[in-house]
Amino acid sequence: MIKTNYVSDTARNMKPSGIRKFFDLASGVEGVVSLGVGEPDFVTPWRYREAAINSLEEGYTSYTANAGLIQLREEIASYMSRRFHVDYSPDKQIIVTVGASQAIDIALRAILNPGEEVIVVEPCFVSYAPLVVMAGGKAVSVGTTKESDFKLLPQQLEAAITPNTKAIMICSPNNPTGSQLSKDDLEALAKIAIKHDLVVLSDEIYAELVYDEEYTSFASIDGMLDRTILISGFSKGFAMTGWRLGFVCANEEITAAMLKIHQYAIMCAPTAAQHAALEALRYGFDYVEDMRRSYLHRRNYLVESFNEIGLTCHKPGGAFYAFPSIESTGMTSEEFAERLLLEEKVAVVPGDVFGLGGKGHIRCSYATSMDQLREAVTRIERFIKKTS
Amino acid sequence: MHLTDSEIEIMKIVEENARISVEDIAKMTSLPVSDVEVTLKKLEDSNIIVRYAALVDWSKVEEHEGVTAMIDVKVTPKRGVGFDETAKRIYRYEEVSSVYLMSGAYDLSVVIEGKSMNEVARFVSDKLSTLDSVISTTTHFILKKYKHDGTVFSPPEEDKRIVVSP
Repeated sequence: MIKTNYVSDTARNMKPSGIRKFFDLASGVEGVVSLGVGEPDFVTPWRYREAAINSLEEGYTSYTANAGLIQLREEIASYMSRRFHVDYSPDKQIIVTVGASQAIDIALRAILNPGEEVIVVEPCFVSYAPLVVMAGGKAVSVGTTKESDFKLLPQQLEAAITPNTKAIMICSPNNPTGSQLSKDDLEALAKIAIKHDLVVLSDEIYAELVYDEEYTSFASIDGMLDRTILISGFSKGFAMTGWRLGFVCANEEITAAMLKIHQYAIMCAPTAAQHAALEALRYGFDYVEDMRRSYLHRRNYLVESFNEIGLTCHKPGGAFYAFPSIESTGMTSEEFAERLLLEEKVAVVPGDVFGLGGKGHIRCSYATSMDQLREAVTRIERFIKKTS
Repeated sequence: MHLTDSEIEIMKIVEENARISVEDIAKMTSLPVSDVEVTLKKLEDSNIIVRYAALVDWSKVEEHEGVTAMIDVKVTPKRGVGFDETAKRIYRYEEVSSVYLMSGAYDLSVVIEGKSMNEVARFVSDKLSTLDSVISTTTHFILKKYKHDGTVFSPPEEDKRIVVSP
């Protein structure tokens, strides 16, 4: 074979996601109870699906405006205002994207000059740091800890800031910890962001799935609307992961920059998916609330069960993940996850793959049926007894 | 009767799965087991939880030969008691599984379980139609149950998600 040098250094140096390994491992095992799935166990409500089918029947099969259907952007604006008290112009401040992932990508590419730093609050979704690097920036990891319920502390943020810091990438409620930042938490962080003139990329994809405290959007904090790039979408709260539909809201200048990137790279988000989302925003909130209630029950069940069997677990305020500590077993999280999978056929994700602060923890998704959760707890308990 | 949010929550969980243990309900609602027990007792005593039942798909049972009919019944209401007296005369029959008072073109919707279409037909002509206050009946036989009380009878859709994802 001829030796080639076709692959870029950036791509070559990028580490494959640690989740991939567990996917391969778990896929080879029969009869797995999976707590490893990062998406809702609900199929998209039929009402939304039917709206997409109808749009196809009506022949809505062409491109939409680059930023997305104007009716959808109007509904998003009204939803964001009504639900989270943040006001955006449908014309100039909202772009409908291919999942929240693409929103993060265009946001980073729109703001970063080569070498500028983005503080990435970890443990977090596996894409953040690679997307920063692909946008030419430098990812600076800051790990949260269980002692602070996996919340970023103001002093941690302050300590990570350098003259090159451009932005903070943060997610609340968080994947994988489920940790939710309160209004007070956000206000303390906002002060620092304002003082150092930082942009905040706030991933609010789990905003609909909170269980104890009302949700506060980072953009709704005083002085933050203009410097926040709010990323959200339909995947989690509306159970629409496979549709790949998200959106991003920001000030006019950043939105215009993101739109240029979006129109050259993507053109527009899928049209049928936009019609489904339009239906969801107009008529779909009862389904969202039903799903939230169901996750709430399962969260309570799983967190309490973990604590009972000796895995200390903070109570996550939102999303659908529990993030218990497995340090008491003496195993590393990878060892624990691998042995649990092979010996008891329960798939979980080792906390390390989500970055700093994930060590000694495992991510367990409770977006699965109560029967499966019960079975998983029984197997994990047996595993812990056996290995202790 | 007024119920608290957590009492309603407990009832909704039991409504979905009557066999769930009080320990599981307690965990799901973050309440002490004793509270859940007290609530269930209260709901049972006040006949809000009327009965714990299983939803059975009899069509899968070869030995079962029953038929179900829904009968629209037009009734002349009686002074003082309205439709209640006639409804009572109807629901006392063991063959009758449900009776509802309806708005619209007819008054009572009566659901009857019988061994055969003949048996149901005889019940309608001998018992229902002959009641003084009954003006007319229209009988519809159920051919197939697709969904009942929010539950689809066909096998549940398999989980199409990949086993591990970010």
